[in-house]
Amino acid sequence: MLARTVFVGFRTANSFQWTKRLLNVTSQAFQSFSKDDAKGEKVHFPGATQSYFTDKMQFIQSIDPISTYRVMDKEGKILDPAQEPRVSEDFAIKIYKDMITLNIMDLILYEAQRQGRISFYMTNYGEEAYIGSAAALDNDDVIFGQYREAGVLLYRGFGLDEFMNQCYSNEQDNGKGRQMPVHYGSKELNFQTISSPLATQIPQAAGAAYALKMSGKKNCVMCYFGEGAASEGDFHAALNIAATMKCPVIFFCRNNGFAISTPALEQYKGDGIASRGIGYGVDTIRVDGNDVWAVFNATRTARQLATDENRPVLIEAMTYRIGHHSTSDDSSAYRSKTEVENWKRLDNPIIRLRKWLENKNWWNEEKENDFRSETRKEILKSFSRAEKLRKPSLTELFNDVYDQPTSNLIEQKKELKRLIEKYPENYKLIKFKNEGNDL
Amino acid sequence: MNFGRSLLSHRNSFFSSKLLKPVIYCNIRNKNKASNFFLIKWNEYFHASTYNRQEATGTPPPPEGFMPGVANSKLIKHTHEEAIKDPELAKAGVSLGETKKMNLFQSINDAMSIALATDETAIIFGEDVAFGGVFRCTLGLAEMFGRDRVFNTPLTEQGIVGFGIGIASVGHTAIAEIQFADYIFPAFDQLVNEAAKYRYRSGGQFNVGGLTVRAPCSAVGHGGHYHSQSPEAFFAHCPGLKIVIPRSPIQAKGLLLASIRDANPVIFFEPKILYRAAVERVPIVDYELPIGKAEILKPGKDVTVVGYGSQIYILENAIQMAEKKIPGLSCELIDLRTILPWDEDLVVESVNKTGRLVVAHEAPKTSGFGAEIAATVMEKCFLRLESPIQRVCGWDTPFPLVFEPFYTPDMIRCYDAIINSVEY
Repeated sequence: MLARTVFVGFRTANSFQWTKRLLNVTSQAFQSFSKDDAKGEKVHFPGATQSYFTDKMQFIQSIDPISTYRVMDKEGKILDPAQEPRVSEDFAIKIYKDMITLNIMDLILYEAQRQGRISFYMTNYGEEAYIGSAAALDNDDVIFGQYREAGVLLYRGFGLDEFMNQCYSNEQDNGKGRQMPVHYGSKELNFQTISSPLATQIPQAAGAAYALKMSGKKNCVMCYFGEGAASEGDFHAALNIAATMKCPVIFFCRNNGFAISTPALEQYKGDGIASRGIGYGVDTIRVDGNDVWAVFNATRTARQLATDENRPVLIEAMTYRIGHHSTSDDSSAYRSKTEVENWKRLDNPIIRLRKWLENKNWWNEEKENDFRSETRKEILKSFSRAEKLRKPSLTELFNDVYDQPTSNLIEQKKELKRLIEKYPENYKLIKFKNEGNDL
Repeated sequence: MNFGRSLLSHRNSFFSSKLLKPVIYCNIRNKNKASNFFLIKWNEYFHASTYNRQEATGTPPPPEGFMPGVANSKLIKHTHEEAIKDPELAKAGVSLGETKKMNLFQSINDAMSIALATDETAIIFGEDVAFGGVFRCTLGLAEMFGRDRVFNTPLTEQGIVGFGIGIASVGHTAIAEIQFADYIFPAFDQLVNEAAKYRYRSGGQFNVGGLTVRAPCSAVGHGGHYHSQSPEAFFAHCPGLKIVIPRSPIQAKGLLLASIRDANPVIFFEPKILYRAAVERVPIVDYELPIGKAEILKPGKDVTVVGYGSQIYILENAIQMAEKKIPGLSCELIDLRTILPWDEDLVVESVNKTGRLVVAHEAPKTSGFGAEIAATVMEKCFLRLESPIQRVCGWDTPFPLVFEPFYTPDMIRCYDAIINSVEY
C-alpha cells in the first residue's frame, strides 16, 4: 500500500518558507547537468529545474498552514508597532466613513428589495475591511470585481446616486438598466462592469495587466473574487498565465467562508486559496480580512511587487459573510443564526477600525452618531431621487450590442415600434424615458 | 392566485418570508412632501419592531418569478381524473395509480427520488445541491439517500459535467445540476467535445448515456443577462446530445426519468418560472414519457403553433385571443418537448394539414431553434405553405433586465404572428 510509505515530514521544514522567492531559473536546465552540489545531483528535466534527486520516496501529504498576517487584533490594538501604517487622520477617517456608508447603504437597499422596490441586492456585511485594499491602489489601477465590492467603488468616488441609479435600473444608470442590481461599472473610475458569471474576470485581469505592462504604465490590475469562484477553471488559468507572462496583477480573494450554501470546507481540501498561489509561482500572502490595516499593508506591498517587478500577487483575505448570499437566499437554511450573530458581534471589521481610531482620539461617539445620521439621510435622499427617475429609453434595448446597429437589429427595432403602435395597451410605456416615441 | 404567498408559506423555503417584514409604505409618487414623508417612514421602519401589515408596491420577486397564466391554463391537469386521462400516461401504465399535487420542483424532486431508489449507481451532484438546491429541486434527497449519493460539488461547471461524464463512462448514472442554464458555458467543452462524441469516437465501445445535466432556464421577470437565458440552440447544433424542456410537473417527471434512463447524454432545461407556478396532480408511480416526441396539445386545422417550455402558456393565451378575434379560426398547438432530436414528423404532418406555421421561443431569433424548424418545414411542406413561416423570438440582443417585457415573445406578439400568418 502506497499510503503506508507516505512520509509526512515537512511540517517543520524551514526550507518551505512560502514567502521565500524562487531564484531566477531561466535557462539553467543544461547547467544543472554539471553543477551538482552538496545536496546531491540536480534534476535536469526541463519541467523542474530546481529539484534534487533523492532516494527517499516521499508523498507530501501536508505542509505547514500558511500564516495569516494581521496588524491589529479584534480590539483594534496594534500587535507590532512597526506594522502600523503611517497614515494621516484624514486618510484613516475616509476609509472608516466609507465602511460605514457601505454598511448603511446595504441596510437600506437590502430592505428596499424586501419591499419589492428594487428587484435584487447583495450586501457586503462583514467584509467591509476590503476597502483597505482599494485605499492602497492608485486611481489609474484597473479593477475587475466579482460582485461584492461596492466599497471599492465607493472609495474611488462612485456617487450614492450612481449606486442608486444602477439598482433602480433608471435612465441615469451607467449600465442603461440592462443588468441586475449591484452590477456596477464605471469607465471614469477604471472599474470594469460587473458580470454575474463567476471567475470570468480573473484571466481577464491578467490580460489587462499584461496590456498595462506593455504600454509602459506603472499601474497594476486589481482583481476580486471569492473562494468559491477560485474553484472555477478560470481561476487556475488566470494564475498560471499571469505568472508565466509576468503580469502586474493582484488577485484578491475574499475568502468569506461560503459560496451560497457551500461552506469553504466543502469547497476545497487544501490550505485555502493561498496555497495555490505558491503552486503557480505567484507571490502569495494570507491576511486577516477583517483587519483593514492588514489588508491595506498587504495590498500596498503587493502593488509594489506588481508595478515595480511585474510580479503577480495573490492575497487571500480571510473573512466571514455575515449577510445572506443575496436577497434570493436565506442562509438560516444552512447555518445557524447564532454563528452569524457571533461573527457580527465578536469580529466586526468596522468596530475594529473604530476602536483603533478612538484610541488615537480621531473618532468618538458623537462623530459616529452625526456621521451615521447624516449618511442615512443622504442615502435616503439619493434613493428617493433614483426611485422617481424613469427607466431608460426603449432604444437602449437595441443599442450597444455592437458599436453600430446591425441590419437585423434595425429591423427588429422597427418591428417593436410597429407592435407598440398597434397594441399600445399591451405595453407599460409610461415609466420609460420618451415612452417609446423615440424608437 | 398569488404565487408569492404559496412560495413564502412553503416550509424550509429557501426564499423565506422571515425577512419580509411588514412595513408601512408611503407613496412617493405623491410628490408634495414626498421626500420628507419618505424619510420619516424609513426611519420609523428601521427603528420599529412591528407594524401592521400593509401592502407595499410589491413583494420582492422570487428568483423563479411569477407566471400568472399557468394557474388557469387548460393544459394543466388540475384533477386526478384529468391527469390519468392522459393517453401517454395510460400507455405508460399509470392510469390506475394515485396522483399527488406537486409543483414543478416537487415533481422533479420526485423523479430524482425514484431514480435514486431504482438505480443504485445513480448519484446527484452540483452546486448547493446538498441543502436542497437554490430552487429546492433536491430538497430532502441528501437526507434520504445519503451524502455519498447527493452532494455539493466545488463551484466549477466544467468540473461538474466532466465528473458526470466520468461517472457515466464506467456505466453509472450521473444526474448533474448546473445552477442556472446561463452558467453552463464553462462546461460547453465537456458537453460538446466530450459527452456528445464519446460513443462515436470510440467506435461505439464507450458511451456516457448515463449522464443527465439539469439546468434552470428562461425568463423570470427580473433575471437580466445571466439568470434568464435559453441556451438550447447552442446545444441543438451538437449531434450526440439530447435536449429536453418540459412544460409542466407531469411532463417534467416523466421526461426527466426518461432522460436519466436514456442511453444518451441528455441536457434537461427546466423553465424556472414554472417551478412554483405550475401545479398539477402528478402520478406518484414511476413512469416515463417519450423523448423525441412532440405533443399536440390542441388540435386545429388552420395554423400550426409550435413552442416549448413556459412559452407554451403564452401561446395558449395567444391562440385563445386569435380564435376569439377570428371566429372559426382553429389553431393547432404543439409542444416540442424534445429539442434534439426534435419530432419533425409530427410538425411536418401538422403543417401539411394547416399550411401555416408560427414558432415561438425566448432565445434570440437569429440561429434560434425556430430557424431549424422553419428550414425543415420549408423543405418538407413547401407546396402546402399558405403564408410565410412566422418566428416570434427574443430580439438579437443580450437578455435585458428592464426591457424584459419588450424583449420576450409575449402573448401579443404571438397573437400578432398568428393573425399575420392567417391573414397573409
